[in-house]
Amino acid sequence: MSALPLLSTLVFTPWLGALLLAALPRLGGPASRALALAFSLSTLALALLALRGFDPAATGYQFVERHDWIAALNVHYHLGLDGLSLLLVLLTALLAPVSLLASWRGVADPRLFGALFLLLQGAVLGVFLALDFFHWFAFWELSLIPAYFLIRLWGGPGAGPAAYQFVIYTIGGSAFLLLGFAAIFAATGTLDFVQLARLGADGTLAARLAALGGFWPKAVFLGIFLGFAVKVPLYPLHTWLPPAYAEAPTGVSMFLTGVLSKMGVYGFLRLLWPLFPGPLHAAAGPLLWLALGGVVLGAFAAMRQTDLKRMIAYSSVNHLSYCLLALFAIAAAGGRPGAGRGAVAAALSGTLLQIFNHGVSAAALFYCIGVLEARAGGRRGLDDFGGVRAAAPIFAGLCGIAMFASLGLPGLNGFVGEFLIFRGVWGLVPWAAAVACLGLFATAFFLLTFWQRVFHGPRAGAAAGAFADLSGLDFAVLGPLTALMFLLGVLPQLLTGLFNPLITSWAAHLPLP
Amino acid sequence: MSLLPWTITLTFAGALLALVVGRRSAAAARWVALLTAAGGWSLTLLAAARFVPGPGLQTLVDAAWIPGLGVRYHLAVDGISLTLLVLTGLVATAGVLFSWNIGERTGEFFAFFLTLVAGVYGVFLSADALVFFVFYEIAIVPKYFLIAIWGSTNREYGAMKLALYSFAGSALVLAGLLWTYAVGGAHGFGFGELAAAAATLSPHQQVVVFALVFFGFATLAGIFPLHTWAPTGHVAAPTAASMLLAGVVMKLGAYGCLRVALPLSPLGFAFWQTPIAWLAAIGIVYAGLVALVQQDLKFVIGYSSVSHMGFVLLGLAAANTRAASGAVLQMFSHGVIAGLLFAVVGRMIYDRTHTRMLAELRALPLRRLLPFAAVVFVIAGFASMGLPGFSGFPAELTILIGVWRTAPLWAAVAALGVLVAAAFTLRAIQLTFFATPERPSLPGGARPFEPVLHLAPITLAEKAGAVLLIGATVLVGLRPDLLLDWINPALQSPLFHAVLKGGAP
Repeated sequence: MSALPLLSTLVFTPWLGALLLAALPRLGGPASRALALAFSLSTLALALLALRGFDPAATGYQFVERHDWIAALNVHYHLGLDGLSLLLVLLTALLAPVSLLASWRGVADPRLFGALFLLLQGAVLGVFLALDFFHWFAFWELSLIPAYFLIRLWGGPGAGPAAYQFVIYTIGGSAFLLLGFAAIFAATGTLDFVQLARLGADGTLAARLAALGGFWPKAVFLGIFLGFAVKVPLYPLHTWLPPAYAEAPTGVSMFLTGVLSKMGVYGFLRLLWPLFPGPLHAAAGPLLWLALGGVVLGAFAAMRQTDLKRMIAYSSVNHLSYCLLALFAIAAAGGRPGAGRGAVAAALSGTLLQIFNHGVSAAALFYCIGVLEARAGGRRGLDDFGGVRAAAPIFAGLCGIAMFASLGLPGLNGFVGEFLIFRGVWGLVPWAAAVACLGLFATAFFLLTFWQRVFHGPRAGAAAGAFADLSGLDFAVLGPLTALMFLLGVLPQLLTGLFNPLITSWAAHLPLP
Repeated sequence: MSLLPWTITLTFAGALLALVVGRRSAAAARWVALLTAAGGWSLTLLAAARFVPGPGLQTLVDAAWIPGLGVRYHLAVDGISLTLLVLTGLVATAGVLFSWNIGERTGEFFAFFLTLVAGVYGVFLSADALVFFVFYEIAIVPKYFLIAIWGSTNREYGAMKLALYSFAGSALVLAGLLWTYAVGGAHGFGFGELAAAAATLSPHQQVVVFALVFFGFATLAGIFPLHTWAPTGHVAAPTAASMLLAGVVMKLGAYGCLRVALPLSPLGFAFWQTPIAWLAAIGIVYAGLVALVQQDLKFVIGYSSVSHMGFVLLGLAAANTRAASGAVLQMFSHGVIAGLLFAVVGRMIYDRTHTRMLAELRALPLRRLLPFAAVVFVIAGFASMGLPGFSGFPAELTILIGVWRTAPLWAAVAALGVLVAAAFTLRAIQLTFFATPERPSLPGGARPFEPVLHLAPITLAEKAGAVLLIGATVLVGLRPDLLLDWINPALQSPLFHAVLKGGAP
């Protein structure tokens, strides 16, 4: 490729910005914000550069960087980009600057905030690009530290316990992840994702792990599974999510739900599925139920919330569970002669679209709640507002678009992803698709309740007095997100074009148990 | 390669000099101590730069000492001892920096401190079990005085308990070694000779001899349930002594287990392997749980040391070269991280606030009063949790990989320990520095009422010490092969062949 190691630059430029911010203690508020934003935008520029050089037809990794690192543990510094990583890098590139903009005002100590945010951004990019467990896990774990402090220091009154719970849950998952990979290294002597995927596909990994005997091969699978399931989160491991998202400041909630929650799904797609096709197939039955639990109960729980932020947090559980539903449906049908490659491809591209679309629309919704909160002096209850549409028509319009996108209205981005997931799951495991419909209804119900109670009716509650419509800053945040919702609703091929060949190849080489 | 013996001489000389000049001027004693510690460390680094890794001990000095008994003053080095020598120099230097404020009997303090360090250098360099033992005893005595004279909370109790446990442990070791020597008919106290002598004992005797030597050393490494001296001793000790105790002295025990006990009798080890592993695994989880409910911040760190040393012992018990190399790496890593944690708690916080109770600390806006301490404690805490990027991670990963090969169940218990470590460390961080919520959204930027407090700012010496230790943990976290390349060949030594199973893949 080019002389510039593009992917390393992509990962480490935000960290450079964080370092710079940390090293300039006298930097004022506005300068800190501008510097943080500039470094955050670097990812967008570099991601577009990667997009330009990216060849969608090639299904292998591109822009690969591989250097010797720790010979004693057979660790190499290995970065690479394929359609899946590119999708997530683009999502990060979009949401990171937008989330920073969302935190432009009302954030004490913007220098520290910016430094931590850039640290988080770099770590997340590292997770999406690293191809060796050693530094992949480093990025995975290091993303927790800034996230913890962003919630703890800038969050709401319950931020202490929420941040603690968030970290302990995730580290708990990671401890088992670590244990699992220790076992994999003990069995194969490598931690390179590409080599491991090859060993997983030809059954060598399963055979080597089987040598452990007894329950242990299953335990390895379970450990790695737990690590990702907590992160997504899969029902019933989701209980850390609503408090963490609800207590985090608006910009951080946006980034957490938009990007961080995708790390778990990415883990499932990049590691668990290729490495453990057999065990995943064997466990798919119960796992489908858990995913359905997330889809249905997540939506019903959202229906019962009176705190709008918690409502959207639960709706994230619901939306992410669709991704897992599709994946488990593929795993369940894998190996069955009737399982159509077409259904598999549909479910997969639906999953990838959903990853991106949920990021965009959930971030927009969290921002809308932030707007309500800022104008109501920190209140964000379902009953604290009324008639906001009359007070702030433009805001109501944009918020409505985000809601309908989240709902899956055709013409907006959310529809395509969910439609493809349903089409795929229907073809693979019909009953699961039927049960998941319950989640769709509940989602429609709570989002419409939100819409009706807050925006319709006579002006009441916090909207009774002066209630300013969107400011220029608000437009800067919601504008790009809304534009994307329309654009991707009408032209989903802009994204699917990036990963369709990859998906076709996955579906064709579907690891059969 | 004959630089290393000078570490012992230099440090003893420094101790003497600190005592002499300390009578006149405390400042002079400080500088003598700093130069001595830094000099010793430089010698280890110079030797490391010239070191050619290889299996077996590379002899530095070998002279007859007590010919009648075949005792030789035999100093030698391999990758394992070199790792720990570098650690000793580093922690000693940082320890002096964190003791810069000792005003009471300064000369004597540094004399004891340096004597302890010299003893530790001696132990790591010894290639003769009796010389090893002599240095080991030399290291115990100053500990007692450092705690009893300069210590804090319950210092007489802590000092006495620590000294008694140490002497009891070393008595077991001595008994085991002498038994082997006398009954096995050895002609000297070289490790190989003792192992050969032990092989002539009956299996029954071997089991007993191994238990004496191993558990004698393991007491000092803080094996459950013989660990109780460690938290009380660490807490009572002055900062620099806590750093040395947790950072280096506990390593003496683990090093003794690896260097003396394991090769002594493979047969005895085979008998005790499972009990040792379980004690280590229980220690990891139990000490972690105890740390989770401590009210005194220093006790949290004290118990965390026991938990982390459990990883070392588990790595040794797994008995393969992979796990053993992880254990040595963990010795280094824990030495650095524990040193850092004790420095923050003992020096940066306690010396200023005069409290270590979490209930009192959480009421103070420590984050704003001591921002540097907050940053260091956060880094040290995350390093201690075993987060990647810091030295604890490759160490624990390597141990886990090795343990999987031997017994997956032990690895699973150890992973539980990782989780518990995250819980108690995060709790300590949160209660100490982040319990008073920042309320940026209060109107007009007003802050809730808080008492006006002034704590002395962090000194340059403290900053330098913290930077040294953080630099070391990050360096090893990113390049663990720097140490593993020394350690792994050393584990191929014939001495370990009978005990440690092969390394690949």
